[in-house]
Amino acid sequence: MIKTILKQVRQYKKASLLSPLFAALEVVMEVLIPYITAQIIDQGIEGGDINKVYFYGICMVVMAMFSLTFGVLAGKYAANASSGLACNLRESMYENIQRFSFANIDKYSTAGLITRMTTDVTNIQNAYQMIIRIAVRAPFMLVSSMIMCFFIQHRLSMVFVVAIFFLAMILMLIVQMAMKVFDKVFKKYDGLNASVQENVSAIRVVKAYVREDHENEKFGKASGELYDLSVKAESIVAFNNPVMMLTIYGCIIALSWFGAHFVVNGEMTTGELTSMFSYIMSILMSLMMLSMIFVMLTMSAASAKRITEVLTEEPSLTNGANPLKTVANGDIDFNHVSFSYREGSGEETLKDIDLHIKSGETIGIIGGTGCGKSSFANLVSRLYDVQKGSVFVGGRDVRDYDMEVLRNQVAVVLQKNVLFSGTILENLRWGKEDASEEECMEACRQACADEFITRFPKQYDTYIEQGGNNVSGGQKQRLCIARALLKNPKILILDDSTSAVDTATDAKIRKTFKETIPGITKLIIAQRISSVQDADRILVLENGEVNGFDTHENLLKTNAIYQEIYEVQTKGGGDFDEQAG
Amino acid sequence: MKERKRVENPMKVLSRVIKYMTVNYKFSFLVVVVCIITAAIANLVGITFMQTLIDDYILPMAQNGGGDFSALAEALLRMAAIFLVGIVCSYVYNRIMVNVGQGTLKRLRDDLFVHMEKLPIKYFDTNAHGDIMSVYTNDVDTLRQLISMSIPQTINSCVSVVCVFTGMITTNVPLTILSLAMVGVMLFTMSKIGGKSGMYFGRQQKDLGTVNGFIEEMIGGQKVIKVFCHEEQSIEAFKKLNDELRISADNANKYANIMMPINANIGNISYVLCAIAGGLLALNHVGTLTLGGLVAFLTLNKSFTQPITQISQQLNAIVMAMAGAQRVFALMDAEVEVDNGYVELVNAKELPDGTLEETKERTGIWAWKHPHQAQGTVTYTKLQGDVVFDDVDFGYHEDKIVLHGVKLFATPGQKIAFVGSTGAGKTTITNLINRFYDIQDGKIRYDGININKIKKDDLRHSLGMVLQDTHLFTGTVMDNIRYGRLDATDEECIAAAKLANAHSFIKRLPDGYQTVLTGDGGNLSQGQRQLLSIARAAVADPPVLILDEATSSIDTRTESLVQQGMDRLMNGRTTFVIAHRLSTIRNADCIMVLEQGRIIERGNHEQLISEQGKYYQLYTGKTGKAGN
Repeated sequence: MIKTILKQVRQYKKASLLSPLFAALEVVMEVLIPYITAQIIDQGIEGGDINKVYFYGICMVVMAMFSLTFGVLAGKYAANASSGLACNLRESMYENIQRFSFANIDKYSTAGLITRMTTDVTNIQNAYQMIIRIAVRAPFMLVSSMIMCFFIQHRLSMVFVVAIFFLAMILMLIVQMAMKVFDKVFKKYDGLNASVQENVSAIRVVKAYVREDHENEKFGKASGELYDLSVKAESIVAFNNPVMMLTIYGCIIALSWFGAHFVVNGEMTTGELTSMFSYIMSILMSLMMLSMIFVMLTMSAASAKRITEVLTEEPSLTNGANPLKTVANGDIDFNHVSFSYREGSGEETLKDIDLHIKSGETIGIIGGTGCGKSSFANLVSRLYDVQKGSVFVGGRDVRDYDMEVLRNQVAVVLQKNVLFSGTILENLRWGKEDASEEECMEACRQACADEFITRFPKQYDTYIEQGGNNVSGGQKQRLCIARALLKNPKILILDDSTSAVDTATDAKIRKTFKETIPGITKLIIAQRISSVQDADRILVLENGEVNGFDTHENLLKTNAIYQEIYEVQTKGGGDFDEQAG
Repeated sequence: MKERKRVENPMKVLSRVIKYMTVNYKFSFLVVVVCIITAAIANLVGITFMQTLIDDYILPMAQNGGGDFSALAEALLRMAAIFLVGIVCSYVYNRIMVNVGQGTLKRLRDDLFVHMEKLPIKYFDTNAHGDIMSVYTNDVDTLRQLISMSIPQTINSCVSVVCVFTGMITTNVPLTILSLAMVGVMLFTMSKIGGKSGMYFGRQQKDLGTVNGFIEEMIGGQKVIKVFCHEEQSIEAFKKLNDELRISADNANKYANIMMPINANIGNISYVLCAIAGGLLALNHVGTLTLGGLVAFLTLNKSFTQPITQISQQLNAIVMAMAGAQRVFALMDAEVEVDNGYVELVNAKELPDGTLEETKERTGIWAWKHPHQAQGTVTYTKLQGDVVFDDVDFGYHEDKIVLHGVKLFATPGQKIAFVGSTGAGKTTITNLINRFYDIQDGKIRYDGININKIKKDDLRHSLGMVLQDTHLFTGTVMDNIRYGRLDATDEECIAAAKLANAHSFIKRLPDGYQTVLTGDGGNLSQGQRQLLSIARAAVADPPVLILDEATSSIDTRTESLVQQGMDRLMNGRTTFVIAHRLSTIRNADCIMVLEQGRIIERGNHEQLISEQGKYYQLYTGKTGKAGN
């Protein structure tokens, strides 16, 4: 996990190494400065020699300058390295997400991916910055202060060794005990946030059923549990400070007692005793920092894990060796295809589908919710791989094609379609990057989108807001169809893409298709009989199986399900959607 | 991503935070403050003790060439006692702060939530859900830091500064002035660098927001990117934004990082200056400064700069936290739904003479209890579901009216349908009946009572709603159905599920009715979720039903099955239906055709067809004689 993250340091390796190096140099200065301070006191002031004060004073100023430079450089490189790492992490995740297949995308929620790319990366960035600055600094400080102490008075230094051992043990114990409880706290916290989220988005339901008190009670219970756990975790941490103080004060008393003996016996000067006091502070501070780093690492481990998941997620679909670069025609063949979203779960979404579609045919697909219509369509452009059997396009297995080539030739208008923020023209050019304005207009005419676009004040330069919220559902669907048409594909799949378009316009679109793009194989998935009844053949799916595959007339005679749907819809009238435009 | 506005009056917000924190913990907080001060003093005694140790014990002993260590031992014991008090105080305040901090946070969260539940729907329309969520997560978290870290540390540092400063000024005035001057230099550089850092942090926040928005849009449309093979372009666009974020993050952190070494070394230089100046003073016997005094002063000087750095850092953190606190209080101060209603809904039983009497038990008969203040009498009106709109105007904003002069009447048991294009105002009308929004002009009467007079809770109890967007809650399927009526038995819930035709799919779920739904029922299809929300409305058993595209995601075949159940459910109830499928609305008693906030046609199916107007056009796809 840590290896995967560290791999992303890439071009910031230099900064990542320079930062601890300068931090170390800064430590050297910081360690030497108390020594100089001791000299100022001993030789200068107590010795009554103002020149010594000048000399050591200048030494100290020079060292302070060095320390300052090193410190600034360490800080600069640390910022550089950590923000660079964060940038690389985001980029790599984003790149990998772009390689995701539909199956991979299904695995993660959009909100989950966003959290990983923002909050989690920020956590790692902060932790990394802290680590490269302090993880080297603290142990280095510890060791050099120890050396200085031993250099001054090795027997007295034994006091520190005992103290460090004591403090390290206790801190470890505290951290370990606290982390266990904190783990539970984080889980509770997530649960609490989820409950807020739920209430924010479902506030209408809460209000409609007058369940405010019920929700308050639920929330109060959850926040009470969070409180209990947090208090438990933090009470353990509350020992941190007093234990730290206990050690420091213990050291001061011990140092005073033994130090006094050494000084009296002439084995040590008072200045040296004072600097010993500074060193002991440094040593204990660095221990404290180490324990902080430990806590921080444990806390960011969860973030690192979530990031690693995305980084190491293998796209479930890949191009084969020597992929085909051209698609011969719009033939589609399903050869005894079985498909399941969750392999080995035994729930087959499609069961033994075997059918053959000729280039240029228009095929309607109809069936109840969850019968496998969309799954059927998704297999044609290899958005998922089949488990059994094979899907052929243009006479070749879809797995033999280069995926990009295949998807450019098989245009899909998805059921849950999305427009992106940008002008209408920009959105249309997703289909064909270098499409001229005329081409775009032509596509819009075919999709019957021109009639409303021309009524917008800015026409094709109208700005579409994020999610396409400033156009109606029916308008959005027609723009999406136009966008797909611009690809000039051999196969066009409309997955319930005219559901929000009124019946009349829907019919008009189908008529234009027949006239302008007769050579394209068209798969039209719909709920409405009227959308499919004039197709060459209609596929009736039921529970993932082919229930019927014939013309409208024949199906009306032979197919019970088709008859039933027809009956329900004609009796009740057609569909009654939003008005055109 | 919200913009980080400057806090108008940080001190006012801060004092409110402290008031909020201390109101339940007055005594605890007092103990905490006393303990912090005691611990800080003990710590300072420790620092100054070193000098006493050298001057009063070690030096004399060294000069005497050994001697009596018992005096030293006694002094050390005294020190140990003081230290012990410091340690105990430190533990006490750390431990109490856990309760104060967490307790305040719990109260804060509970208060926020309870308040949020009272807010009008309008609030949720005008505030992005992400922003509301961020109050609970980010902003409450900054307050946690403020309460449990910044405030105690600031008190601690202030005590140190005051004590050290007293020590310094009593030792030597000129040197104190010199130290103060250096502190001035320090504060000046800090404010310079801090300003830069703050500016870049602001920019980083903005860039982060941009990247966030971009990811949200792109990942939301990831499947479309896939089918259009648009991956390369989207990576390119992302790289650009990502790099801008890197640069601003780099700068922001750089300036924050260099603050520490700069401060520490200004402290070092201050030390040297004091040593030289003090040395000159002492050696030339200017003033009263002794050598021992100078050494003591230098130690104090060292302990003077550190807490000042800390205070300035904490102040920075506090100011930043104030932005969060302001958002927390903004949510807490948001105006709640006003409810001046006084008419209540009560269980009733019919007396032989036809009058109604209030009862406690559930009788199946409901009545509006209408107290008349002037006369001091109470009248009971039977709940029947008679709804009248009288010339209603409504706009989400005062200045933009979206419904104009809407008139409609629904007699008990009628089915009223609304049709029209997106944005015509169908959903809006239904949201007025249950007072999600209040009308600008006109009157809505329910069983002859102006709905403004009815208590909102009781009004909503009498209305069952199935909304366009289905929302389910974390919990079992059974819990979700029971949401309609909390005291419903399992049998009643199952009966409701059967009515909604949801029973068959629920049975096929891994744990049947006990299957736990998470993440808004993410593991169910849209159609299944709609069936569940219909079951939820069925179990509530309300006299008036509002179905807003309740079956839009259910295929026509299943819908026709659900329809039978719905017809049974709607039997004898006033029902408002919004749908785009004709099969759903055809048998309505009255169909209202809406366009741009006005009812342009009304009548039953046959009448509207024969009128050959808008309805006819939508239904047949042909242009009627009315034209368009």
